[in-house]
Amino acid sequence: MPDIHWGYGFPIGGVAATRVSDGVVSPGGVGFDINCGTRLLRTDLTEAEVRPKIDKLLDELYTSIPSGLGSSGKIIVSQKELKEVMTRGSQWALEKGFGQADDIEATEESGCLKGADPDMVSAHARKRGIPQLGTLGSGNHFLEVEAVDEIYNREAAAAMGVYEVGQVLALIHTGSRGFGHQVCTDYLKVLAEAVQKYGINLPDRQLACAPVDSAEGRNYLAAMACAANFAWANRQFIAHWTRESFSRVFGKSSQEMGMRQVYDVAHNIAKIEEHRIGGRKETLCVHRKGATRAFPPGHPDVPAMYRKIGQPVIIPGDMGRYSYVAVGTETAMEQTFGSTCHGAGRMMSRGAAKRSLKGADIARQLAEKGITVKTCSLSGLAEEASAAYKDVADVVEVTHRAGISCNVFKSRPIGVIKG
Amino acid sequence: MPVPKDFETLEHTADTGIIAYGKDLKQAFANAARGLFSLIAELESVNEVLERDIEVTAADRDSLLVAWLNELIYIFDTENILFKRFDITRLSQHHLVARGYGERVVRARHKLKTGVKAATYHMLAVEQEYGWRLQVLFDI
Repeated sequence: MPDIHWGYGFPIGGVAATRVSDGVVSPGGVGFDINCGTRLLRTDLTEAEVRPKIDKLLDELYTSIPSGLGSSGKIIVSQKELKEVMTRGSQWALEKGFGQADDIEATEESGCLKGADPDMVSAHARKRGIPQLGTLGSGNHFLEVEAVDEIYNREAAAAMGVYEVGQVLALIHTGSRGFGHQVCTDYLKVLAEAVQKYGINLPDRQLACAPVDSAEGRNYLAAMACAANFAWANRQFIAHWTRESFSRVFGKSSQEMGMRQVYDVAHNIAKIEEHRIGGRKETLCVHRKGATRAFPPGHPDVPAMYRKIGQPVIIPGDMGRYSYVAVGTETAMEQTFGSTCHGAGRMMSRGAAKRSLKGADIARQLAEKGITVKTCSLSGLAEEASAAYKDVADVVEVTHRAGISCNVFKSRPIGVIKG
Repeated sequence: MPVPKDFETLEHTADTGIIAYGKDLKQAFANAARGLFSLIAELESVNEVLERDIEVTAADRDSLLVAWLNELIYIFDTENILFKRFDITRLSQHHLVARGYGERVVRARHKLKTGVKAATYHMLAVEQEYGWRLQVLFDI
């Protein structure tokens, strides 16, 4: 993908598809932050209504959504409830009163990846996950209040409930937190042994893998599904608190503000999918690490409301510029295993960004551009500054012209919560 | 030749690593762990008010280094302990026993820097050259 950058083992911004019958599955092809992804909410509010109250809104969001390093969640689940989170994802969170019923249809896999088996998840991962459920996290994770900036495809935008420039959106970017990190750590160890057992030669131990159709491969996929579901529940909680915060500030219910979920999509995941290879239908394990599923119009896995336009793809940029929403295409099915880019892609190391940019200056520069930021880490702000990233406009121009996703609209941030 | 320093950070596009040194492997492992916590927080603000025993096992020495650092990340995430000093009491190819000294996070007083998701095997190096040199890349 054009947002590709150097990672560890597999690059970030890559898609690796392997045949289930004789291929391998690799945790490194998914990454540590299993089901890191984005969730976009639309509103009927306009920028003119939100701007005067942006400070108050960010304060509310910052108070109601735990963020930053070492923060713990407001949701305390028991081991038994954690099992429900692992197997049922968003759907469990909805049943507990978080969110609205139509969120589920507007989520990849309806927020619940099948095949999750909690017995494949270590005690370490559970213990690390429990306090972090319902937290945004740190690093590049964020919650943005955005305004629609430009609409390229009115029909597709309208299907997503986006009609005019200035309309306000909320974008959430987070994943499975320490739970997913530990699942990946645990299975790298398991698969390092599998590599020897199956006689696989690797140039880098981070590429550890096992046949998809082996006990080790199946166990990883079952644990990965638990982490994916944890992430979907996590975004379900955060979206709920986002709606509550908007309600408190604007004195209206989320229904009155039209706060519907546009879509929720993963960009670090492995999925078992059917694809046509050389005219033949094959069952593949598609690893997307820093890549987003981009299924075309008519695909059965695309929810009914989007079946005519294709699956929405959410492509966040850096916090100082803009983000894009696109739709999946038939070309993506033919050329990239139904995948497109996931974001801007880093260009500058965190250390270099911190040395050349100061968090306080970044906050001031963003304020001059009309973007208010709230963060508990000014050094973290410098690490995530625009200059550290490629311009996402260049990235989506490539994916659009290559035809692997079609741009629908662009939005720009007006307020940002950085973890 | 004297060992130049305890550890230094390693720049990488998306992530950050450390290079740790030691006159023996025990010291190098302890310095790698201090290097990890120097990414997470300003260590000057951390006091030695508690101690915790840590034990890890792994298939080989390289994996032991990764397992050691991942166990510390796990302890930080689950017990909120910031360590600033370590005594490695036993170290073999497959087994490490250590005691860490530090304190639990006090958000008002400790300057937290970066969250670390995991130690990776990418670019991992355990080399002996005068003293020991360890290189680890973290996903952050």
